[in-house]
Amino acid sequence: MADEKFPTKIEETLEGTVLFNVPFPEGDDLSSLKDMAPIIIKQPYSIEYIHSYGQDSPFFAGLANRRFLVTREPDTGYTYGTPRGHDMYTGKETEWVEIPCEGVMHAFTVCHFGSEEFLPECPYILAQVEFEGVDTLFLARVVGLDPAEASEDWIGMKLKGRFRRWSKFKPTDVYFYPAE
Amino acid sequence: MRTVYAVSGGVSKFAKSRPDKTFPALVKEAYDYAIADLGLEHPQFWELVDGTVASYFSDHFARQLMAAIMIQDYLGMCPKPSHRVEGGGATGGICFQEGWKAIASGYMDICLCYGFEMMSHVQTWKGNEFIALASDVSFDYPVGGFYSGYYAMMVTRHMKEFGTTVEQMAHVSVKNHMNAYYNPYAQKRRKLTIADVRAAPMVAWPLTRLDICVMSDGAACTILCSEEGLTKLEKASGKRIPRVKVSGIGRGTDAMRMADRPHQSYDDFLKYNLLPHEDTPETRQYYKDLWERGFRYPGVHSFRAGRMGSKEAYKNAGIHDPLHEIDFVELHDAYTSSEIQTYEDMGLCRYGEGGHFAASGKAFLPGIDYGLDLPEKPVCPVNPSGGLIACGHPVGATGLMQAVFALWQLQHTIEKHFGTPELQVPNAKRGAIHSHAGTGTYVTVSILEREE
Repeated sequence: MADEKFPTKIEETLEGTVLFNVPFPEGDDLSSLKDMAPIIIKQPYSIEYIHSYGQDSPFFAGLANRRFLVTREPDTGYTYGTPRGHDMYTGKETEWVEIPCEGVMHAFTVCHFGSEEFLPECPYILAQVEFEGVDTLFLARVVGLDPAEASEDWIGMKLKGRFRRWSKFKPTDVYFYPAE
Repeated sequence: MRTVYAVSGGVSKFAKSRPDKTFPALVKEAYDYAIADLGLEHPQFWELVDGTVASYFSDHFARQLMAAIMIQDYLGMCPKPSHRVEGGGATGGICFQEGWKAIASGYMDICLCYGFEMMSHVQTWKGNEFIALASDVSFDYPVGGFYSGYYAMMVTRHMKEFGTTVEQMAHVSVKNHMNAYYNPYAQKRRKLTIADVRAAPMVAWPLTRLDICVMSDGAACTILCSEEGLTKLEKASGKRIPRVKVSGIGRGTDAMRMADRPHQSYDDFLKYNLLPHEDTPETRQYYKDLWERGFRYPGVHSFRAGRMGSKEAYKNAGIHDPLHEIDFVELHDAYTSSEIQTYEDMGLCRYGEGGHFAASGKAFLPGIDYGLDLPEKPVCPVNPSGGLIACGHPVGATGLMQAVFALWQLQHTIEKHFGTPELQVPNAKRGAIHSHAGTGTYVTVSILEREE
């Protein structure tokens, strides 16, 4: 019972993927379909996540206020350069401690290629930074060095941290540069 | 625990892109090869197999949740039991070990392990982003998430602490690409020189494009069974199956964030991480000297998960001196540098000696001209197949691919499967496979042995 209220034909559109004139055998012999080249289409996909920093949130609040926070197990003193809410040895909750934002380059690389999000920033320097009296490291960007002059001699270099004035609430709100 | 045998396997052709097949059909390619090698057809095998374990890493790459059930369905394995495992780059190795557990525990007599990854669904730079999501998205990824960058940081520290050189790393690339030259399944079959490796485009200093594995489409599967399962398969096929048993498995873990890796004391290293064959006055003194020079374990230069997985697997398989008691190793060389790091974790040499070991010749195959001046003879060929660097790294398939190549080595059937004999390790009796995730978060080590 088709009528104008319930049409029996969907309107044709040019949105999305449109493939015209795909070769197809005429007649009843379908055996040549086994030799057909694959049809490849694009399937867009994007999403914005609502990400909570949870118990690590004070670290980012610290960066926004130009203060560099680490966490420490209160009894053993084991100190994490990248904050953890609980200590991996005792299982106890850690405390927030502020330290001077200066350290030493423990390991590094210069990325000449990367993930899509960071391609426009290549080449960029990634480093693991160590801090006096802190047991673990912190991953950060380093600026102020010539990426073309990468050398293992950079390891051990003293670094100073600098905070972004306009915080983006990412770990890159702090970055480092050579202290000397 | 019951004895577990590896009896057959199959590997799809690994390639940058396999648009000719969907992922279930790609796994079917590997599965059909594996059952054909047993002399069986699907209805016969289906009557015998008790269940399966599925392996793939990334729901992002697949853009298809519950992809594993689509494979189970396409292979015609429904309604038999199955589950999917996931553990980053070690997913395939974990899958193999879960299959082992199913057999060893008595839950199954015959288990099919299958895996795949279709990484060509996105462009390489988007793929790098997906992979980098396997790092902490609060603290690591936003800084410039890029796995090659993470591994490059590890090796700069290795270079600084131990004097490891880029030329030593390039030896690994030359070796693995040359081995793959004789492996028809491999994605990159190339004869290279040290100069070629260093002249390749820089990706993350000091790693060039030829120090790093590529993204791939591919699938692999392995069939494991008990003694009873072996009898059933032999009865169905009417032929004797070579005995290759899985004599030991081991697995270790470490902190997700590389920055969190502990800097243990010398005493803790001795207590927890020393391998039995390292427990000599000379090696204790060697490590003591390292600590006095500032070495800390595992730091960012070593994989404690790989050491613990090796330690457990060696204990279970009764291996004391891995370099001389294992005939070959298929290890997770996502980077030339990580092959060097893994030599040390697996005890093929001591921590700090990996670079020298790489260029020594000990990890090369006999009878192949690599165009290199190697001071020592082969002792324990590493990645005779070409490894990840040259075969490709379709993540969920990789650990199973290693198992298949190891099985063929121990069956002495490399020539049959590769069509050429160069990669057959002479008289191979015992091999190790090593599968590795993240920046060293999950590592599996499994030992396979030929029974005469």
